[in-house]
Amino acid sequence: MTAPLLEISNVSKRFAVGSRFSSQGLRIVNALDDVSLSVMPGETVGLVGESGCGKSTLGRCITRLYELTSGSLRFAGTDISSLSTREMRPLRRRIQMVFQDPSASLNPRRRVRDLIAEPLRVHTKMGSEEITARVAELLDIVGLKPDHAMRFPHEFSGGQRQRIGIARAIALNPELIVLDEPVSALDVSVQAQIVNLLADLQERLNLTYVFIAHDLSVVRQVSTRIAVMYLGSIVELGDAEDVFSRPSHPYTQALISAVPVPDVGKVGSRGRVVLTGDVPSPINPPSGCRFHTRCPIAQDRCRNERPVLRQLGASRHVACHFPSAADQAAQAVRP
Amino acid sequence: MLKVTGLNVSFRTEQGLVRAVENVSFDVAEGELMGIVGESGSGKTVSLLAVMGLITDPNAIITGSIAYRGRELVGLPSKEMRKLRGREIAMIFQDPMTALTPVYTIGWQIAEQILAHEKVSKQAAWQRAIDLLAEVNIPNPGEAVHRYPHQLSGGMRQRVVIAMALSCNPALLVADEPTTALDVTVQAQILDLVAKLRRNHGSAIVFITHDMGVMAEIADRMMVMYAGRVVERGSKEELFLSPRHPYTQALLDSIPPLVGARPRRLRTIPGTPPNLLNRPAGCAFAPRCPQRFEKCSADPQLPAGARAAACFRVNP
Repeated sequence: MTAPLLEISNVSKRFAVGSRFSSQGLRIVNALDDVSLSVMPGETVGLVGESGCGKSTLGRCITRLYELTSGSLRFAGTDISSLSTREMRPLRRRIQMVFQDPSASLNPRRRVRDLIAEPLRVHTKMGSEEITARVAELLDIVGLKPDHAMRFPHEFSGGQRQRIGIARAIALNPELIVLDEPVSALDVSVQAQIVNLLADLQERLNLTYVFIAHDLSVVRQVSTRIAVMYLGSIVELGDAEDVFSRPSHPYTQALISAVPVPDVGKVGSRGRVVLTGDVPSPINPPSGCRFHTRCPIAQDRCRNERPVLRQLGASRHVACHFPSAADQAAQAVRP
Repeated sequence: MLKVTGLNVSFRTEQGLVRAVENVSFDVAEGELMGIVGESGSGKTVSLLAVMGLITDPNAIITGSIAYRGRELVGLPSKEMRKLRGREIAMIFQDPMTALTPVYTIGWQIAEQILAHEKVSKQAAWQRAIDLLAEVNIPNPGEAVHRYPHQLSGGMRQRVVIAMALSCNPALLVADEPTTALDVTVQAQILDLVAKLRRNHGSAIVFITHDMGVMAEIADRMMVMYAGRVVERGSKEELFLSPRHPYTQALLDSIPPLVGARPRRLRTIPGTPPNLLNRPAGCAFAPRCPQRFEKCSADPQLPAGARAAACFRVNP
């Protein structure tokens, strides 16, 4: 058995909002609550959940854009959760990130050539000719033309800008890339191009992905395994196709059944679990199971006792007191 | 009830004339849900803004005809349009905050809309606001009327905007990507709400979305737009089960499936939509089309009729 590339152990992240002097006082947002997850080399782990579930916070913790409140992160055997900025620097080239809005992460005043060359200048001792050659190579890898190098970001469409962002992320031959909603801002036809590009790059460059998205069909397409998050915790973890065909946690079932399917024949025949209400506030999360306020099968035990993420079957982990009942419900929900 | 014929909307810009909408025709019957699909820049929003009389840019040139219950809306004085808008035609936008003011309570905002269009007392308007909030499934409507928009979640705000749109029982509701900014579970709630309102109010709805899944769920009839023109129209079943235009087919193919085996690669549409400043001669989709042939250098026309596609493969 191979060692995981990234080991996330009991990671929590709290943010303070407001101030002691505001009307509601200083409040604590529990953005991540005791999250553990291992990412194996070469796989894609999809993080899904509604807005505010902590998926982006987890992505930013992995890349150390946020400091952890507690817990540890091991990358390729090294504990990176307490490294200083200087100690972290050599590892930065091995962990990269791609953001949702490519235009926000590209400096509008710089040419594409310079944008892609920047990580090379910062992290390597390459000469200018080597850098020019590498930039040309990277442009080719992500499907842009050589003459695009001299242009500015505003001259590109959204899909092409995301290609520039990807070129920059792979410039230093990283091992792990955290993709935070990389295709959400793109039109469907362009989205498919980027999804395919990411799959090709993974194969070609032997990359490991953490793929964050709210679009479940995209996550299913790209992921090896899927972690479903709710209010700062992982509620279900398992093989991508399996989680979609046999969701165990009632939240996963509701989430999957809520996705409108572009298949006219199937509409209406699908049972749908419509959740009532909104996601509760992470400032004051519900007692017991965090999902019990919206759960269709909640019992007394769910209100008092918090379920832990436990193994269920060969490759599935579920945080629910009644996953077997949930599994039967899955039969009814299955599309 | 709504008949749009040969609508053109262009904008004069420093770079030249942008033809955002070209020769778009469609009609909507009473109580019907008409879906418009297309990617960004396909002209779907601009066509509906034209219907609502909300294009006030002095550089915009609008020609063609928009007839609402026999009344011509193109060239209607803005005062007349304002009477119609809100009372008979209402609109819901993607971002509910654009339709709500942050400085008044939501009850005030709904009541104001009622008072602007109907001769009722303030108390009656306030009560109507509470009833409307209850109708869109807002918990504790009696308390919720006193809240400000920032105190509500995105899904709740969208419900408030829907309540506002319904306040005068509009005969036509125009919805521009009303669920795009919402999470899927909240989107499901809003789509259920739209279905319920159709049953209760019988309003006709024009619904814009780029999400084929949402269309499959709610539309009666659909039209697909590309680069400012309608490329295909038909009933929902016709478009999904036997799409004729290569663009519609490609659009359906490029969505990753939620069930069944995963394709190793997704089918894609190569390239990007054309720049409307200089659209290619002939069929605008031809440069990306897998089925293009010599004839595509000419301009395909959309034939009349309920089921039609603007493609030379379909109409040689």
